[in-house]
Amino acid sequence: MFALNTKLKRRTLPGFRLSLGYTILYLSLIVLIPLSMLFIKASTLSFAQFWDIVSAPRTMAAYRLSFGTALISASINAVFGFLVAWVLARYSFPGKRIIDALVDFPFALPTAVAGIALTSIYSPNGWVGQYLAQIGIKAAYTPLGIVIALTFIGLPFVVRTIEPVLQDLDPEIEEAAACLGANRWLTFSKVIFPILLPSLLTGFTLSFARAVGEYGSVIFIAGNMPGKTEIAPLLIITKLEQYDYQGAAAIAVVMLLVSLLILIATNFLQWISAKRIGMS
Amino acid sequence: MVGGLPSFKIRPIAQQSRSSHLRTESGVIKWILIGVALLYLGIFLILPLACIFTTAFSKGIVAYTQAITEPDALAAIRLTLLTALIAVPLNVIFGIAASWAIAKFDFIGKNFLLTLIDLPLSVSPVISGLIFVLLFGAQGTFGPWLIEHGIKIIFAPPAIILATIFVTFPLVARELIPIMKAQGNDEEEAAITLGASGFKTFMLVTLPNIKWGLLYGVILCNARAMGEFGAVSVVSGHIRGLTNTLPLHIEILYNEYHFSAAFAAASLLALLAIVTLIAKSIIESGMHREIEATQITSGEKR
Amino acid sequence: MSIEVKNLTKIFGNFKAIDNINLKVETGELVALLGPSGSGKTTLLRIIAGLETADEGNILFSGEDARERKTKDRNVGFVFQHYALFRHMTVFDNIAFGLRVKPKKIRPSEDHIGRRVRELLKLVQLEWVEKRYPWQLSGGQRQRIALARALAVEPKVLLLDEPFGSLDAQVRKELRQWLRRFHDDLHITSLFVTHDQEEALEVADKIVVMNSGKIEQIGTPEEVYHKPASVFVLNFLGNVNLFHSRTEAATISSKAAKLYVRPHQLGVSRLPVDGNSVKVVLTFINPAGSSVKMDAKSSDGNVFQVEISQEEYKALKLIKNDEVFLTPKNITYSEYEI
Repeated sequence: MFALNTKLKRRTLPGFRLSLGYTILYLSLIVLIPLSMLFIKASTLSFAQFWDIVSAPRTMAAYRLSFGTALISASINAVFGFLVAWVLARYSFPGKRIIDALVDFPFALPTAVAGIALTSIYSPNGWVGQYLAQIGIKAAYTPLGIVIALTFIGLPFVVRTIEPVLQDLDPEIEEAAACLGANRWLTFSKVIFPILLPSLLTGFTLSFARAVGEYGSVIFIAGNMPGKTEIAPLLIITKLEQYDYQGAAAIAVVMLLVSLLILIATNFLQWISAKRIGMS
Repeated sequence: MVGGLPSFKIRPIAQQSRSSHLRTESGVIKWILIGVALLYLGIFLILPLACIFTTAFSKGIVAYTQAITEPDALAAIRLTLLTALIAVPLNVIFGIAASWAIAKFDFIGKNFLLTLIDLPLSVSPVISGLIFVLLFGAQGTFGPWLIEHGIKIIFAPPAIILATIFVTFPLVARELIPIMKAQGNDEEEAAITLGASGFKTFMLVTLPNIKWGLLYGVILCNARAMGEFGAVSVVSGHIRGLTNTLPLHIEILYNEYHFSAAFAAASLLALLAIVTLIAKSIIESGMHREIEATQITSGEKR
Repeated sequence: MSIEVKNLTKIFGNFKAIDNINLKVETGELVALLGPSGSGKTTLLRIIAGLETADEGNILFSGEDARERKTKDRNVGFVFQHYALFRHMTVFDNIAFGLRVKPKKIRPSEDHIGRRVRELLKLVQLEWVEKRYPWQLSGGQRQRIALARALAVEPKVLLLDEPFGSLDAQVRKELRQWLRRFHDDLHITSLFVTHDQEEALEVADKIVVMNSGKIEQIGTPEEVYHKPASVFVLNFLGNVNLFHSRTEAATISSKAAKLYVRPHQLGVSRLPVDGNSVKVVLTFINPAGSSVKMDAKSSDGNVFQVEISQEEYKALKLIKNDEVFLTPKNITYSEYEI
């Protein structure tokens, strides 16, 4: 599977076999073999058993919740992440460097810490939760709380995929559009946006994929009511605690496959839109 | 597959946005956009950060110190440090080997290999823990054999370390591969024609050139290793003083309504995250200087 | 040390980068590998250095098979197109590198290394940059430091990949002459790759013209310019005009022939000189430069490039759209249809 490419073979530098060999060995031991256990375990079930587990009302509710909230939060991040990337790449304002560094905060902050912080902010007597409660909105322990946590977690992805593209954008493209008589809005919608669309899609998918599997930040704010606010990862843990390894594996396999499918589909979409503007 | 993680922004110099009236919005729109962006970031980033530290110190500095020095907290800190101390070096060695093979050589199946390396980033942390339970748990593949020989992996530090290695697996490699690729093979080839051995070439030429990326990879990997929650939660068994890492310790305190103590422990991890971001910022500017130098060094007509 | 290339072939995928090449470079020669990009010249140079491996054939260094030696033990000085200076090291450390990585037993003392580095810096006339970093040097200076670094290990062979490729036109000219004088002083067997015919003609003792992985011609600059072995060489080494004509030679009588004539070998006159004279109209005249360059068009649509001396131009009082006759003075190359 991994042979030196005869077309571009460069054997001058030493260490190819050693480094590739070690890479594949370590990859197999840490990632591939353990991950394949999931499929091996799930395959010990008959199809009917498998179907019963993954189509049970409680499981379906958990899937709906996990994928649905992930979709909403990724969409929020696509809109606002785009805006943040634009502001950071284009404008200068006081404190910009700190803000720029802070965008990665959700990635560096342990999820459990984010979870408890968001929960206490949005709980009915928290900093924000008390005002929301006054107007009759319950954030913590509802799907809304889950969306808030997932939005926090996915925030860096859209910003960080769009920002570099925006920075490398040739100024002459916009200047040309302006010279040809396009106003700012036309320049943006017809010239800049199509160029950024592939990276926006990537950022959206990454944010979505991360959100679907998220556990730590959600678990505190979710409420964890079976059928209502129980996310799929939590259901896996519940099954494990009941020593139902096969059930846990079955639910996990579906989650993994759906995430992979979405990643592949988006890669494909991205490839098409990149090809259309000649950037592939 | 996963391209949007925070990593270095390698971009050409002299791209610092040329300011031209053709490229800027009117003042009002500009400030509205900045305002909305800052409000969004304020709600989602500043507010949680402020909440962590205010709650941590809500019962005073004495309670704070007590919370982070009680025996269970210290045991959790020790286990967290131990986990990072094993997971990070292993992933560094892997990262160096993988980036050398991938960036310096062309071979068939390279993109596939890259996708496989990124795989742990698109797997739910809970699933990352689950797979090790399926392997080593009481009813797992090797469970009976392990019980027979009295070896404990699940609900013990080994599984915590394994799950952490899995979760942080690609982080160092991902930082190094683009940097090594961008630097090409010329300097290594020059060293070899000058008579340097492969090992000396790596130590004297490659390593100094990737030091910033490596440093950032280590810091990021470390932050994630110390903060991992989902995967570790599945395999740990939550035995206080024995198999609790700092994030798990926080969970227990929180669920027992010891809010200020939970936030005190959380503030340590939040501090680690802030230090990581500051380090990233510093490293990035060091990196930028180096890239500028590289671009000048590698000739005008590259 | 002499270099001998024997039946060398290198294939990348299904592209033959080098196709059964034979070549001998004598000790002390300065040889240019000249060809368009993709002709295989850089690949050949890299195989000689041991930076690539050949699929077939071998390289002999002074008669000894080079495949026996690893890249690092070949004792070859290689100067990279983009210099490949170690960016994190000072100029001094760059030049000293080759000496410092020698095995302990044969490694010279730091004192000795210091003396050698300064000697080399003096040789390339850059004594004052010792403590600078590569990015603080100009392109031409980097080129010379790269050369000094390659020379530090006293190589038996010096290989240069497009040594002036990334320099400004002015610096390029200066360094060319400098390299020529430099080689005359050191007499180290040298091989350099270039795509610039002017550069090859000016610097090299011998030129190897390459095209699509094959050698088209090996010869002195004079030979390849005046007696090209193929149409490719003829075209590559300068502008050329094509005449379709009936040959006058009795032996090959009345066979269609293609005659190739260089622009400066065309005579310009107001009246036909002989049966080969062609009537043309001058469509463009550029008198700027040491000679006068003109474009001319014949009635059947052929376009010719002509180059005459300033004196001749003044004597003929040529202006645009003049009708004149072109007569080949010397035929550089001819092809017969058999």
